[in-house]
Amino acid sequence: MDFEPSEEQQLLIDQVRRFVREEIIPLEAKLDPDAAELDPADHARLVEKTKAMGLFGIDIPKEYGGPDIDIVTRVLLAIEMAQHRAGLYVPCYGTFGGAGLAQIFEANEDQKERYLYPTLRGEKKAFFGLTEPSGGSDPARAIQTKAERKDNGWLLNGAKIFISNADRAQYGIVFARTDASKGRAGITCFLIDSDTPGFHVRRVVHTLRSSHYATELEFKDCWVSDHQVLGEVNKGFAVANDRLTRQRIPYAAGCIGVAIAAHEMAIEWAKMRNTFGEKLANRQAVQWMLVDNEIDIRTAKHFTLEAAEKARRGLPFRIEASIAKLTASEGGGRVVDRSMQIHGGMGMTKDLPLERWYREMRIRRVGEGPSEVQRMVIAREILGSNLR
Amino acid sequence: MSVRLRLDKPWRPLTPEEAARLPGQLGVYQIADAEGAILYIGQAGGRSPFGLRSELVREAEERGPGRQFRVEVNMQYRSRWFELLMVHKADHGELPPDNAKNPPPLGRLSPA
Repeated sequence: MDFEPSEEQQLLIDQVRRFVREEIIPLEAKLDPDAAELDPADHARLVEKTKAMGLFGIDIPKEYGGPDIDIVTRVLLAIEMAQHRAGLYVPCYGTFGGAGLAQIFEANEDQKERYLYPTLRGEKKAFFGLTEPSGGSDPARAIQTKAERKDNGWLLNGAKIFISNADRAQYGIVFARTDASKGRAGITCFLIDSDTPGFHVRRVVHTLRSSHYATELEFKDCWVSDHQVLGEVNKGFAVANDRLTRQRIPYAAGCIGVAIAAHEMAIEWAKMRNTFGEKLANRQAVQWMLVDNEIDIRTAKHFTLEAAEKARRGLPFRIEASIAKLTASEGGGRVVDRSMQIHGGMGMTKDLPLERWYREMRIRRVGEGPSEVQRMVIAREILGSNLR
Repeated sequence: MSVRLRLDKPWRPLTPEEAARLPGQLGVYQIADAEGAILYIGQAGGRSPFGLRSELVREAEERGPGRQFRVEVNMQYRSRWFELLMVHKADHGELPPDNAKNPPPLGRLSPA
């Protein structure tokens, strides 16, 4: 596979790179180092710019008004969009828009009217309610939130944890067990409005990522009608699983973008900084760290583009998505760590973005399926699914 | 697992001298009137020159006498700040008056 960007792709990459360097980074320099939001006026102004660039909502499918950019190009652009302080989790502070949660595109027409279209218009936000206190890596077994049949609808009881945006969203996609005897075949996906009686955002969950928090949710006799079932009853696991696989590719791209930015900073610093009468760049110890950075970045980029290319062609890409997520999150973490080491004391400060990337990159080895689960997915694929 | 949502440390008089005794660390703080009614919830973030100390010295100088404060050193100062604001709103139905003048984008929390 040839991953050299085409002329057209390179033009888009250059356009986004300029946007990040000329619009985002200067604004970011005035914000708190852990900020996750721009001033609303700046945000609105930059959204107009991304619309003028024809890149607003690049993840939205063409039939829903998106700009029809293929997934390989989107990965290349996602790598660029992440190259600033907040870029790992809030690339360009959301000024390129988003498609919302991928599952909503599977909704029926009535649900699309109520949820998908308002989301695409920016009128509604959603959260993804999968992980529970009993676990997140093994949703087929860990989901204990129950949905029981009642009054021509469903009564939900249970809890979710590590849920982003639930306190600000208008609705969420929530997975609950509808048949306790069936394992993964007993899970159903529900659309829950956040003003539904019995739905509670109980607390903020603080993590390494101070810029943004997760929440803990409680469902206490939360009743929803049959119209809120997304897809089919007892087939929610497939909905969750498909999303988790697809999400791994852009997730990897963000890690690569931050790794590139950290690596570039380290190279620049090594060429400039003198110690014991010699530039850091002339020290073999530093050179080798930079070489290892380069290898980690190239490896992750290759595997991520390979996964994207398979997805673009409509081929199975589950194993490739896992390899991409694994190499990008683990390699990206190593790159940021080495770049901090090269910067010495300055690398530990909030004056530079490295410490934020270090904290946030650590989460990436757990989020969207931890490294161990990615290895399990790959092992199952290469050894056969019947292996126990 | 116990989770402490609210700041419950004793109030201290908000004077430049008292504030100058604070550590230069990151964190969150509350300002109250003489009766303990919370007027403002603030944060000492990464751009504060001396963290909580410089923020509270500034608050003392700007607000004058008759106010109280309490602080919490916290590296997760931003998420903790959002949390304190949301908990206050859940408890009192509104933000502290000085936060309400320029409210940040907030979610809703219903602590158990």
